[in-house]
Amino acid sequence: MATPQEFLFRIKRQDSPDTAPYWEQFRMPYAPGHNVVSALMYLREHPVNSAGNKVAPVVWECNCMEEVCGACAMLVNGVPRQACAALLDGLPQPIVLEPLSKFRVVRDLQIDRSRMFEALKKVKAWIRLDHGGDIHRHAPLISPDEQDARYLFSRCMTCGCCMEACPQFHQNSTFIGPAPLAQVRLHNSHPTGAYDKEERLHAIMGEGGITDCGNAQNCVQVCPKEIPLTTAIGELGRQTTAQWLRDLFAR
Amino acid sequence: MADKPNVIVVGGGLGGLWATMRVAEAGFPVDLFSLFPVKRSHSCCAQGGINACLDVKGEHDTVWQHIVDTIKGGDYLAEQPPIRSMCEQAPGLIRTYDRMGVTFSRTPEGGMDQRLFGGVKKRRTAFAGATTGQQLLYAIDEQVRRHEDEGRVRKYEGWEFLSAVLDSEGVCRGVCAMDLETMEVRTFQAEAVIVATGGMGLMWGRSTMSTNSTGAAASRLYQQGCQFGNPEFAQFHPTAMLGHDKLRLMSEACRGEGGRIWVPREPGDKRDPLSIPEKERFYFLEEWYPTYGNTVPRDVASRAIFRAVRHMGLGVGGENTVFLDLTHHTRKFLEQRLGGILDMYQTFSGEDPYTRPMKVYPSMHYTMGGLLVGYEKDDATGAMKEGSARNHATSIPGLYACGECDNAYHGANRLGANSLLSASFSGRVAGEAAATFLKGKKTRSEVPTSTFEAEQARQVKLNEKLLTSRGKENPFALHRELGEIMQERVFVERNNEDLDKAVDGIRKLRERFNDVSLDDLGMRANQSLSWARQIHDMIVLAEVIAKAARMRDECRGSHYKAEFELKVPEGKFAGSPEYEEYRARWKSNNETWLKTTVATNTPDGPSIEYKPIDISVLPPEAPRDYR
Ligand SMILES: Cc1cc2nc3c(=O)[nH]c(=O)nc-3n(C[C@H](O)[C@H](O)[C@H](O)COP(=O)(O)OP(=O)(O)OC[C@H]3O[C@@H](n4cnc5c(N)ncnc54)[C@H](O)[C@@H]3O)c2cc1C
Ligand code: SF4
Repeated sequence: MATPQEFLFRIKRQDSPDTAPYWEQFRMPYAPGHNVVSALMYLREHPVNSAGNKVAPVVWECNCMEEVCGACAMLVNGVPRQACAALLDGLPQPIVLEPLSKFRVVRDLQIDRSRMFEALKKVKAWIRLDHGGDIHRHAPLISPDEQDARYLFSRCMTCGCCMEACPQFHQNSTFIGPAPLAQVRLHNSHPTGAYDKEERLHAIMGEGGITDCGNAQNCVQVCPKEIPLTTAIGELGRQTTAQWLRDLFAR
Repeated sequence: MADKPNVIVVGGGLGGLWATMRVAEAGFPVDLFSLFPVKRSHSCCAQGGINACLDVKGEHDTVWQHIVDTIKGGDYLAEQPPIRSMCEQAPGLIRTYDRMGVTFSRTPEGGMDQRLFGGVKKRRTAFAGATTGQQLLYAIDEQVRRHEDEGRVRKYEGWEFLSAVLDSEGVCRGVCAMDLETMEVRTFQAEAVIVATGGMGLMWGRSTMSTNSTGAAASRLYQQGCQFGNPEFAQFHPTAMLGHDKLRLMSEACRGEGGRIWVPREPGDKRDPLSIPEKERFYFLEEWYPTYGNTVPRDVASRAIFRAVRHMGLGVGGENTVFLDLTHHTRKFLEQRLGGILDMYQTFSGEDPYTRPMKVYPSMHYTMGGLLVGYEKDDATGAMKEGSARNHATSIPGLYACGECDNAYHGANRLGANSLLSASFSGRVAGEAAATFLKGKKTRSEVPTSTFEAEQARQVKLNEKLLTSRGKENPFALHRELGEIMQERVFVERNNEDLDKAVDGIRKLRERFNDVSLDDLGMRANQSLSWARQIHDMIVLAEVIAKAARMRDECRGSHYKAEFELKVPEGKFAGSPEYEEYRARWKSNNETWLKTTVATNTPDGPSIEYKPIDISVLPPEAPRDYR
């Protein structure tokens, strides 16, 4: 592929949550090794659109720049992914950047994912410790296989890509979405985390819970951490059914 | 909750979250501030692991050895009683993490596994796959989320700490912070404030750290009178891959597995590395250090690379780059041994490290220095007194610091995998100290509202000044220039002439900052405003670092000035007259320099003083010797 002279960006901008979005184009001289975050850094130092007008720098969020903090997820050429890991070399131009569409836009590419963090509360995505002091005991033993399986889910960085891809999750739906569901799978599989299994399952058995999953399988395809979300949802389907039966007989 | 005595924690990495949990458990409400959701904090970047003597490998590892390694690793510059406490309590801390459900890698028996890490002979490092920091952060984040859900913690995520609110006596009464969405500036009252705002790598422009690691918060406190300890001590990592946005750590394991460092012998050679014949390559580590070759310790490797590139002009293609070459290994071998690391290189560089040499250069990596914190010594144990309100207290009453932004535990250099430990441990200790500080208080202190109003007005004015200044300087460009000065003159190898120039250059940047203008003048999610403020404060703190480095005329840990190097007499060991003469010179140098650097802000710039260190645990008898 011939090396281009420059990069051309088409960026969807929005000044605030309640104003209309608009598109703006920017150019950046070519240099090898750029990614979307480093390009946005260049543009904030040189905030001139392709019409030659000085404009306010594009707002976006990033922290680690190593694809582990989850902050910089956005749509790059229509695909939800981490901007820091999206190398410009090889991306078709113009490079189109948009905020994830399923969340409130704070400004430009910055979004508010607090709904995901609230969901983590709803499903009690934690292990209940008596306290954080030393009790001179470890957690119960966990087999390497089980730990490897748990590790797949414990790397979820709450980036929201899977939520973006899910047709059932949007601003007008109550569906909790794939990422918080996977955290139920994670915590239910821990020997002491399992003590609160029932409560977690109840949290996903009602409205907006697991039965709202339409099985589109989009989530698992976009997860940058390759988290087996659909496998987790399948397992939870079985767990909730069993719980439903237990509830029935307990009545 | 309104008038119950409360604590404010600033920063939600490992340090801040541990502090939050311990204060909440002690029954005091916590307001937790962070630039963004705490789950995204820089702590998630750590890959390697966390140290604690659990001796799961049956190697007779001892807590004492961990203490010795930490003290010696830091070249004796850290206060020793806190190190003793940290190492003694590390196993308990790891057990607690285990109870929180951290996915620590397991042995076949289902217990925690441990592995070897730099500078240590026993397997003492617990790890969770290749994402230990992320796993630890998430575990403590979950605990704090539970406290939040149950009403003990209130989060202010997306708020930037601007300053402490100090009363007329200089006592900390709360914080002033800015909502990064609405740009609203507000003050918040607290009985105690704990800052845990992390490392300070961005003063070097780019580093292995995250965007939250600016040091701005620490700088703001320094400017308000908080003492700063050991500013000149910063650790550099020899092999980071270059990026326009950040320098990404390429693990030591690459050299450990046979990676070879080289440059073309011909300066400025622009040929494809694969077409450069063997005899035209300069494997300088192998030539200069025949015994260790490519596996020399971090600081030696960093300085050698610097020498080859900066003194000899041999950087690849004339740039600040050397090759780290693994291409002599088979793909299968590399996938097994270094798969995760090499995949990361490929993701972020787009180049295939299995078939092409990687391009690396030393990078700023960790700040040992930070806000100066104290402790109370327990004379019965020689360690830190459990639960004392003086532990991790800064020089400002009511203000505590923990995590990478404090100066404790690591002295002149940090041992690998010891900082996830110190961040967690210090957070726990600071939280417990603040709880003791509040003990017995039933209601909030009466503080005149004018105290809060004055601080708020001061901060609003700083914003207004930046938003109305129409000068010719671009703050982002100033940040780049600051990075260039630090990279060039306050780096792996230092000399006084360069450091003088650095201090001078940084002062000029500070003047030029008065002439900035922002490209965003709005009052909604104005990142330019927030960044400009942080850049100003980085410039201020950078001067402190450069000046302290200028004044310390010796080599200690990460701080190296060739002119003052005490060389071990070759082939001589304890007992020989040459070695004993060397030991005597080393001891007399310690008389002068084995002291904590204490920087205080004055109208004329940083004032630098030195404070003796408690070396009662392991008095320095022999220099570090890695022969
Ligand atoms: C690439 C890399 C790899 C590493 N690997 C290891 C390893 O393997 N083992 C090891 O022991 N150590 C490792 N370290 C070091 C270790 O990760 C850090 O020292 C540690 O995580 C720091 O934790 P912290 O809590 O002090 O700060 P951080 O995790 O940096 O958290 C800082 C917090 O402060 C907040 N904050 C900052 N400024 C403000 C402000 N003005 N207002 C409000 N909030 C603010 C941020 O929002 C954030 O929540 C590594 C470091 C790097 C760079
Ligand atoms: S499951 Fe994957 S895509 Fe979804 S939030 Fe977690 S890391 Fe992101």
